[in-house]
Amino acid sequence: MEHIISVTVENKFGSLSRVAGLFSGRGFNIESLSVAPTLDPSMSQMTIVTSGDERIIEQIVKQLNKLIDVIKVVDLNESDFVSRETALIKVHTRPEDRAEALRIADIFRANVIDSTPATYTIEVTGDPRKIEAIINLLQPLGIKELTRTGRVAVARELIRSTGMQAKKIARE
Amino acid sequence: MKLTGAEILIECLKREGVKTIFALPGGVVLKIFDMLHQQKDIEVVLTRHEQGAGHMAEGYAKATGKAGVCLVTSGPGMTNVITALADAYMDSVPLVCFSGQVPTNLIGNDAFQEADNVGLSRPCTKYNFLVKNVAELATTIKEAFYIATTGRPGPVLVDIPKDVSMDKAEFIYPSSVSIRSYNPVYEGNKWQIKQAAEAMTKAKKPILYVGGGVVFSGASQELLELAELTHMPVDMTLMGLGAFPGEHPQSLGMLGMHGTYWANMAMHYSDLVVAIGARFDDRVTGKVSEFCPHAKVIHIDIDPTSIRKNVNVDIPIVGDCKSVLRELIQILRATVNGDQKELRKAWWNQIHDWQLANPLAYQQETDGPIKPQYVIRRLYDLTKDRDPIVSTDVGQHQMWAAQYFKLAKPNRWLTSGGLGTMGFGFPAAMGAQAAFPGRLVLCIAGDGSIQMNMQEMATAVVHKLPVKIIVLNNRFHGMVRQWQDLFYEGRYASSYLETTPDFVKLAEAYGAVGLRANKPSEIDAVIKEAIGVNKPVIVDVPTYQYENVYPMIPAGGCNHEMILEDPPALKNKPTSAGQVAPKDSDTILTA
Repeated sequence: MEHIISVTVENKFGSLSRVAGLFSGRGFNIESLSVAPTLDPSMSQMTIVTSGDERIIEQIVKQLNKLIDVIKVVDLNESDFVSRETALIKVHTRPEDRAEALRIADIFRANVIDSTPATYTIEVTGDPRKIEAIINLLQPLGIKELTRTGRVAVARELIRSTGMQAKKIARE
Repeated sequence: MKLTGAEILIECLKREGVKTIFALPGGVVLKIFDMLHQQKDIEVVLTRHEQGAGHMAEGYAKATGKAGVCLVTSGPGMTNVITALADAYMDSVPLVCFSGQVPTNLIGNDAFQEADNVGLSRPCTKYNFLVKNVAELATTIKEAFYIATTGRPGPVLVDIPKDVSMDKAEFIYPSSVSIRSYNPVYEGNKWQIKQAAEAMTKAKKPILYVGGGVVFSGASQELLELAELTHMPVDMTLMGLGAFPGEHPQSLGMLGMHGTYWANMAMHYSDLVVAIGARFDDRVTGKVSEFCPHAKVIHIDIDPTSIRKNVNVDIPIVGDCKSVLRELIQILRATVNGDQKELRKAWWNQIHDWQLANPLAYQQETDGPIKPQYVIRRLYDLTKDRDPIVSTDVGQHQMWAAQYFKLAKPNRWLTSGGLGTMGFGFPAAMGAQAAFPGRLVLCIAGDGSIQMNMQEMATAVVHKLPVKIIVLNNRFHGMVRQWQDLFYEGRYASSYLETTPDFVKLAEAYGAVGLRANKPSEIDAVIKEAIGVNKPVIVDVPTYQYENVYPMIPAGGCNHEMILEDPPALKNKPTSAGQVAPKDSDTILTA
């Protein structure tokens, strides 16, 4: 099953390779990984999309926690979360296709951020299904280049804090 | 006052209480060696190869419980020490390795003797640092020692570029360390400990399965108390030997692939496994799906990743063995009242039956070839009163040593368990000897593995480290030959060594002492002579070439299905006393 793991790490050289090396060294999957500094520039936030059964995910979380540079690990699948991904899509546009490209962009509330006589570069943000959908629609026009950020995600804030708030005590 | 990086390094080592470092110089670390040369507090053991330096630091650490320290140069110095770092990482040995690096302005330029030391060592160290500014050196070293010795111990690398060792900075040694992302848990969860205690009082067929974590945590006394309080049998892993007295009536010896019959049977048929500082390695579990099918599992370990990595655990307790065992004992003292012995009577009867059914056995004929087990048995009998430190290499001799050399106390057993590094034994023994100059340090080796770090004999002679090496010489990579006999129809692909050096002459060539026993009757005299000499000694013992280690659980097999003796097809092994090269016609299974 797919899991999104949010990892807060020290923002110093080598942190990324330690995390990436852990995944490759132990044969864990990385579907996507995105990194950027947090509000506190001494830390970076990583969002890792991975997959595995319960035991593998448990190992991934524990092994990440064991890395000295890792400050915090949250398996977002344990609660509700929202996730987004951005794609930049450079589409070939013959004169007769240009209007169609704009229409498709419009449907997905995507922006054209660069334009030449023969191409549009479209920026689209959404969940992975939305990205897949727009790619599928643009494909017949001819996609020249595609680059995706990988997903970023954040846990949903609970609307009202009742006594029920999930209190996860790591008994181990 | 401002000090150079090299001086800062030495000041830090002194403050960490380091008395001995194992080192080999090179271009970029010359400044550090120059400063070491001008002081008297830290002894520098100059090794002949960086791998030796690493293993010596490991031996030092295993015997003392403190961090071992080694110092190597950049490039090949670093790549040579990698094996020792990987070994220390697998066996949780606290190690601080300093490596030289090319000057910071040359890093990444493919400079002479440059290697990406941090990149190379990342997967085989607990943590590593590249020090880019001399102002950070002292703090970094403090953190390195802290990380290496706390939590689950492990090796830490500090990479020091040449210019950093020469630049100057104000020396301030921090009194404490705080790393926000590293806070090992020592105290176990109280509720879980209570659950564990409850399960332990009820179990009819429990077993304590203890590993190296007990040794490093210094929890042997607590373990003994717990075992006696609950009257539970104790299985030890290869790394855990010595954690519990080997001669104690509750000790079942080693478990696993070459563990005793009863240790493995007890594990398989138990209803409660209490794992303490052990990690359910594949050499212990065998086939995971059929591992301990009737048992509930309690797992006490300081490393959360060890828990539920290989087998399912019912009651996990993350914490330091010593602290958790203390709490367990406290609870159990209040709840058990001498009824445990009665409760487990049938269980012990069963275990005693297993012990009688298949004891460890070998046959030593008076004028037959020398059996390796006999040598270890005699070595044990003749030296046990002197409380020796015993190191081994890796292979058949290691398993026989584990079976027959019953250690009474922890920190006496130096062996490479996780990585299985041939060549570990001799340098590790030297490291222990450097820490305890007056103690008897034995190295049980094979003729294959001793040659992997033989060059360190020069170091042993120069630094007067009178390690006693017993070479069980069968001219084979014995364990490889055993597997070939059992699983490859006796085809000895690259396991026969054809020629081994004359170890007696070799020892003499280095300025050490060489001895040899040719007959079983000569063993005792040779051992006595060796331990009476205050010099490094090689005792060469040509042994029977086709002896196999039993019991044996084939890789991936079930723990209760052990091979206990040579299968019929192997019964026609050559029996001559002298050693001869195997010919195709000797290929045993065709007989």
